[in-house]
Amino acid sequence: MKLHEYQAKDILRDHGASVPDGIVVETVDDAVEAARKIQKETGTDLFIVKAQIHAGGRGKGGGVKLAHGVDEVREHADAILGMNLVTHQTGPEGQKVRKILVTEGVDIEKEFYLGVTLDRETSMNVIMASSEGGVDIETVADENPEAIQKVWVDPVLGLRPFQARQLAFALGLEGEAFKQGLRFVSSLYEAFEATDSTLAEINPLVLTDDGEIEAVDAKINLDDNALFRHEDLEAMRDLDEEDPTEVEAGEHGLSYIKLDGNVGCMVNGAGLAMATMDIIKLAGGEPANFLDVGGSASAETVEAGFRIILKDPNVEAILVNIFGGIVRCDRVAKGVVQAAKNVEIDVPLIVRLQGTNAEEGKQLLDESDVTIRSAVLLKEAADKVNEAVGS
Amino acid sequence: MSILVDDSTRVAVQGFTGSEGTFHAEQMIEYGTNVVAGVTPGKGGTTHLDRPVFNTVAEAVEQEGANTSVIFVPPPFAADAIQEAAAAGVEVIICITEGIPVKDMKPTYHYVQKVGAHLVGPNCPGVITPGECKVGIMPAMIFEPGSIGVISRSGTLTYEAVDQLTRAGYGQSTAVGIGGDPVIGTRFIDALKLFEADDETEGVVLIGEIGGSAEEEAAGYIRDHMTKPVFGFIAGRTAPPGRRMGHAGAIVSGGSGTAEAKFAALEEAGATVVKNPALIGEAVNETLG
Repeated sequence: MKLHEYQAKDILRDHGASVPDGIVVETVDDAVEAARKIQKETGTDLFIVKAQIHAGGRGKGGGVKLAHGVDEVREHADAILGMNLVTHQTGPEGQKVRKILVTEGVDIEKEFYLGVTLDRETSMNVIMASSEGGVDIETVADENPEAIQKVWVDPVLGLRPFQARQLAFALGLEGEAFKQGLRFVSSLYEAFEATDSTLAEINPLVLTDDGEIEAVDAKINLDDNALFRHEDLEAMRDLDEEDPTEVEAGEHGLSYIKLDGNVGCMVNGAGLAMATMDIIKLAGGEPANFLDVGGSASAETVEAGFRIILKDPNVEAILVNIFGGIVRCDRVAKGVVQAAKNVEIDVPLIVRLQGTNAEEGKQLLDESDVTIRSAVLLKEAADKVNEAVGS
Repeated sequence: MSILVDDSTRVAVQGFTGSEGTFHAEQMIEYGTNVVAGVTPGKGGTTHLDRPVFNTVAEAVEQEGANTSVIFVPPPFAADAIQEAAAAGVEVIICITEGIPVKDMKPTYHYVQKVGAHLVGPNCPGVITPGECKVGIMPAMIFEPGSIGVISRSGTLTYEAVDQLTRAGYGQSTAVGIGGDPVIGTRFIDALKLFEADDETEGVVLIGEIGGSAEEEAAGYIRDHMTKPVFGFIAGRTAPPGRRMGHAGAIVSGGSGTAEAKFAALEEAGATVVKNPALIGEAVNETLG
């Protein structure tokens, strides 16, 4: 689960990290009021108005603006709130901005990168620090890997002081800034662990003109599998940032991801679902979605799956690919026939059932009064997809 | 021979009396797996499916000689269950549970390593040596005894591959579902080492997917150490970057973990790369004839 910048900053602040004052608002008037409040508390005349959407690259898309004075805050808030922000991560359709964060601006002496994530190779958390802040860490890793200092945290020992020092030295910090850097590293790591994060990234972390270390931006992704023990964090989920069809699918226990192609698919199991998408492409189509119906593939879930796939007007054919193991194919076939009747599918429907009782399943499909192109082997299914949409 | 499980395997089922545990334990027993005990804290002293139930894994090891455990414990308690099995001296720990927090798995992984046990999974279908022993949830009837080792990050895609192999006349020495999570006990490279050392295995089918770099690590091992033919398929060539494709570990992030990179690594290592998942059986047939 992704969090907004303002939510990530609240979490960091709670764990003792230094973050500039900021207030999240949904209207222009509230933005102005927020700026006045920050001005009163800090005496600043410099603000940053930042669109709160989950995608990165907000600045380049025009969603982050520097404001000199409260009047400019009003101007920028007016422009950003409600805008359709397009970044390299939103795709061409963009994301509507519903919230903005008004923060105190800072005069920046130096920018750094600091991030924590899981290193899958070692099954340990890795903390990465780079003196090249403000740019994409992957770009730095490609072009100048030695500019990134990494420390791996033993899951039993936890983050040790020497490791924090290693990172702060690597950033070239000195004196009071060095001490603040140490505190920031340990606060960030504490926040990462306490929230069951999969990624906590500060880019940029800055050294201000006044010698302070502060997080100008913050990004936190949470482990969905751990949300059961974080009700407070789960409450931060922003459904406006998610595809409504994907949310609906989730309510039916389906794992659905919309893609841009013309052949919808419904599969049991994530690996087979990905392989089915690959097959569609090899057969001359393009996958319109990823959809894992999970273990049961009951009539109800299959029906929900059909409805969700058919919401996409680009879908010209549907491939159902079920490998029946514990679930018998004849039962799945009955479910598919019933669901297909209820949903009234008006595109070619190809159903491939394999595994326990596959032949009986195929027979049920062939004898039903719904037009289904049935298959047993994956190859046959691919050929039928090709017949339906291939050129 | 075979790897990880065989007819000397003595299985304790953790989470034995729950609905999942009961259902799959029945299936395993029906297959002929030697299920010697169950473990459900608080139900020790009872019997279930004609097997003794213990409060602790240690008792199942001491009293019934369990050397393997299979875990059907719900996600919040599953890491603890793995640790308990490792502490009790269980040699092969197979965790079926899906949805364990990564934070729980990190120390668990390192603890299992320290103890020297084999952990398979979590979030996996288990391990089967056809004709001898099934420890997991896979549909038994698609498997045939034979000489092809199978290693896969996925469940139903493993079944697909196995079904194609069986149809092509190639039985399996052992099939290992290593699981779709970011932190797993047995990785491709670990299973490859076991298959390379197994006399009965003549070739290995490796089924990877996007995310992480386990297939690339495996490629290094294949290039330097594998004498047996390896056939590799990677699922997710058409998956968009930045999106988690069902499995917690199946994500292309920042340009790394792509199917292309994994295919290329395998190809470079001398593995037979199968780009079409419908042709896995055919590819094995063409090479081994």
